[in-house]
Amino acid sequence: MILLAVFMIAVAGVDIVMPLMTRYAVDTFIVPKNADGLGLFAIIYLSITLFQAVNVAIFILFAGKVETGVSYGIRKAGFSKLQELSFSYYDHASVGWLMTRITSDTTKLSEIIAWGLVDLVWGGSLMIGIATVMFIMHWKLTLLVLSVVPLLFWVSKKFQVLILSSYREVRKTNSKITASFNEGIMGAVTTKTLVRETDYLREFTHLTDKMYSSSFRAAVQSALYMPLVQIASVMGAGLAIWFGGSGVIAGDISYGMLVMFLSYATFFFQPVQEMARVFAELQNAQAAAERITSLIETDPEIRDHENTIQLIPSSLRGDIRFDNVGFEYKQGQKILNNFNLDVEAGSSIALVGETGGGKTSIISLVCRFYEPTSGKISIDGQDYTLYPLQWLQSHLGVVLQTPHLFSGTIMENIRYGKLTATDEEVIRAATQVQADAFISQLADGYSTIVTEGGTNLSTGQKQLISLARAIIADPAILIMDEATSSVDTETERLIQHAIDKLVKGRTSFIIAHRLSTIRNANRILVIEKGNITEDGNHDELITLKGRYFQLYTNQFQEEKTKEILK
Amino acid sequence: MAGNRLLYAGAILAIAFETMFTYMSPLVIRTTIDSIIGDKPIVAPGIFHQFIEFVGGVSTIRDQLWIVAICLVALAVCRGLFTYLIGRWSSGASESIARKLREKLFAQLQSVPVHFYSRWKIGDLIQRCSSDVETIRKFLGVQVVQVGKSLIMLAVVIPILIMLDAKMAAISMLTIPIILMFSVIFFLKIKSVFQIADETEGAMSAVLQENLTGTRVVRAFARQDFEIDKFEEKNAQYRDNVYRLIRVLGVYWGISDTLVYTQSGIVLIMGTYWTINGQITLGTLVAFIAYVEFLLWPIRMTGRTLTDLGKAMVSLGRVKEILDEPIENQSGWSNDTIPVKGDIEFQGTSFRYDEETPILEDINISIKSGQTVVIMGPTGSGKSTLVNLLPRLWDYSNGSVTIDGRELNTIQRKYIRNHIGVVLQEPFLFSKTLQENIQLGKSGNPGESDIIEASRIAAIHEEIESFEKGYDTVVGERGVTLSGGQKQRIAIARAILQNPPILIFDDALSALDTETEARIREALILRKGSSTTIVIAHRISTAIHADLVVVMEKGHITQKGRHSELIKEEGFYRRLWELQNIPDNLAPPEKDD
Repeated sequence: MILLAVFMIAVAGVDIVMPLMTRYAVDTFIVPKNADGLGLFAIIYLSITLFQAVNVAIFILFAGKVETGVSYGIRKAGFSKLQELSFSYYDHASVGWLMTRITSDTTKLSEIIAWGLVDLVWGGSLMIGIATVMFIMHWKLTLLVLSVVPLLFWVSKKFQVLILSSYREVRKTNSKITASFNEGIMGAVTTKTLVRETDYLREFTHLTDKMYSSSFRAAVQSALYMPLVQIASVMGAGLAIWFGGSGVIAGDISYGMLVMFLSYATFFFQPVQEMARVFAELQNAQAAAERITSLIETDPEIRDHENTIQLIPSSLRGDIRFDNVGFEYKQGQKILNNFNLDVEAGSSIALVGETGGGKTSIISLVCRFYEPTSGKISIDGQDYTLYPLQWLQSHLGVVLQTPHLFSGTIMENIRYGKLTATDEEVIRAATQVQADAFISQLADGYSTIVTEGGTNLSTGQKQLISLARAIIADPAILIMDEATSSVDTETERLIQHAIDKLVKGRTSFIIAHRLSTIRNANRILVIEKGNITEDGNHDELITLKGRYFQLYTNQFQEEKTKEILK
Repeated sequence: MAGNRLLYAGAILAIAFETMFTYMSPLVIRTTIDSIIGDKPIVAPGIFHQFIEFVGGVSTIRDQLWIVAICLVALAVCRGLFTYLIGRWSSGASESIARKLREKLFAQLQSVPVHFYSRWKIGDLIQRCSSDVETIRKFLGVQVVQVGKSLIMLAVVIPILIMLDAKMAAISMLTIPIILMFSVIFFLKIKSVFQIADETEGAMSAVLQENLTGTRVVRAFARQDFEIDKFEEKNAQYRDNVYRLIRVLGVYWGISDTLVYTQSGIVLIMGTYWTINGQITLGTLVAFIAYVEFLLWPIRMTGRTLTDLGKAMVSLGRVKEILDEPIENQSGWSNDTIPVKGDIEFQGTSFRYDEETPILEDINISIKSGQTVVIMGPTGSGKSTLVNLLPRLWDYSNGSVTIDGRELNTIQRKYIRNHIGVVLQEPFLFSKTLQENIQLGKSGNPGESDIIEASRIAAIHEEIESFEKGYDTVVGERGVTLSGGQKQRIAIARAILQNPPILIFDDALSALDTETEARIREALILRKGSSTTIVIAHRISTAIHADLVVVMEKGHITQKGRHSELIKEEGFYRRLWELQNIPDNLAPPEKDD
């Protein structure tokens, strides 16, 4: 930073010296008609030129270093924070919003910090340097010239506020236009069938009209501001020539002094416009900075407890116990109330029941994506909030309804479950879930690149890969939200087989949709309105002829229908 | 467009005046110092002499120096006026061109045929409509005026220099070819560096986005540290590439500054030498030193202009790609005085997207006005395509479709669409209030009771009433999120309010639970006879009441008849019926018509 400032001052210094060169040439060589030393002068001139060029390059490099360094740092901090934040945070912040914070807001902020700083130091040192020289030359005249500075600042402040709010309006309208395009494209077929094209275009025209008028207003305000700054600056020069000139005539000031003084007085005002712009941008950056800090300073709701146990067990058995657990996402929206459940290590639990009954909340709690708002959950007899979060989650295996794969090879995606796994281990895992067959048939085998969102693989294939990823992690507790999407019969059979393999010997919680998964579970829980209404194995519940019986028969029908429709 | 050209011409003219006034104030200051305060003769254009004489000669001004100050301010005001006009006119022109472009794009996107959307990605389209338009606007707002300014400056200054002294003029332009060439080469280079930086930014964003969308997987496997390392790598790469870009820029500005300063230096030193030799006068030298700036400024701007021009051309090309897409043909028969009855006849109709893959083959269905037809069949059997032929979202390839006896492809698209209500499988609601969404299909202003009535039939009225703002609830991103079933029922209400002679439900009832579907169906039956209704469905319960059930498989009609007939024959329908196990007593009594 200090080095940067030194360079900036050097650049400003050369800027101050340059105008003197011409005068020197005229005075030393032309007027006396004497070419002696002209060669030396040329060398000095070129040296200064080179010096300045190097300076310019160096200060650009420095500012660049600052810019990239600052944005790198902010991104790193932001990303790390995002890895810690609890799901309750993600419930409120959309992916787009978070992306903007880490990408464009950060870029904008660091740019303004770096280049704004450069401009401020350059402009500031130039103005201070010139003002000092002027003061030494003639302080009364200097005060006179500087008297327009408050006026300048006042005008600048007024206009920047105005221009800034206009641009805010422009941006707001712009995002509405983008949203409108989005809607126009997404709803194109609807618009066509309703024959709403003309109306819709008319509505859009209102937006573009608004965009035009607000952008035009902002541009006109900027166009008005520049001349005002210029006029104010010229007033300073005018005052100098008026009073300075009178001084010369009266004999108070030497002629040469006035000439020098005037050239500096005009020079003094040159950086003002730049400075005004920088101040405006800094204001603008403030909003971005606040948004980023709010992200970085958010405390994760779920983190390691103060009394986290020191002696971490080497392994986890997988006994799970819910003791009067209460849970709500938002204040007042009770999802679970006094929920009790005791699960023996190694048993598989199928959760069935209608959407919104609390199945997802139960598995989210087991994963410790959320923590109970009352009561407690114990794993292996210990309150699970007392385990280190990362350690606990590393013993969990989670298979989500929509399998999320990362871009990279299939090998890397399976290895995500166990980073130290060798290629052989990965292949073994894939073989275990019978995914090896289809992977080997791909042209690039395990090196096949999974594209963004995995669009080059079928849903069933992605599910198999995510199952391989879970099995390689070898978790003590398995949590699974079974996919509802239909896949072809052959893949269906493979997935079923994989799930059976995966569940074996682990405590598992499954939100089950497949009849076979449900039938194979040790225990089936019917969850309704946050309560367990039926509890038992398939045969027991079927003979009960209650809610489970109803769900099962419905499911049976749906599955058969799907088969026919396939 | 003509208006914008005029604005640009005005702006460029204003530049000429602005430049003139800009260079007058230093002249005033110099004259004041040299000739009014000092005692040198006045070397300035005639107008200065006249002005001095007019005010009362040198001595008067000498005593009243405030006149000079006023003059300076007056000049600044004049200059300011033109600066203002340049800004106003050039932004007026560029903003209105951008507005036109946006409207054109929007209109185009509304007019392209449906298959356009299967070829383009939404993100890409939006990028073109927003940031590419913005790039073009910026170029038009800044660079057009800038280029005009450069050209004016060069056009004025080069003849002046040559007139003043040909040899000095040659010297003044010595490095210009080098600077120009240098600019071009450099900006070609920076383009590739810029692209690399852009790509690494894309890669970094991708890691971030994947991380954010896959948070659950990351947490589930406790892979936070791994993710941080992954991001760290991309983050550092991006940092380094941006820095590389800045380094290239730094070197460019450094070298171009050196060249420009060197050019001034050559003029100064050679000029001084020649002045001493007596080859040129001091006045000429001073003029050259001042004017060489006029020459160098436009040259320095070239690099910038070139980059911006390159970017703008790319953007323009991308926008044009959309605008060049063919649009739906809107010609055809229409007559608003004859009401559409809704008799529909498919005769040997077939359809294919391209030469190879037939989607529909030899479809024959005859539907009388007011009848209800249910189409069933496995996924991909062509059901949706078949109903989409009616509002002419797709045009059939062979055979014939007639509505009220008139060949469909001779009827104007907008006209026929106005007479068909379609409820799509995935209905789209606009970010407006529920009431506005429901009345979209109805021209004019339907009464509130009509809207409520339609919502009742669609079994959504009670739910809407339970919202805090009722029918004024805003849908979409800025409003409430509705479930798939709710959206479908809103769309159904919309179609019912439209009260079209032909009503199509494209699998629009399946997302509803059986109970709700039954309610809607009953309500629809009550108003039966007013519309020809075509329903794509999967439930036998939907088909029981239909006048005709059509079973489609692989683009062909395999079964056709009433429920009571179809359950008697072997096939898809009977298998479905047996499976869904509808007790016989729910079926309607046989009718004799």
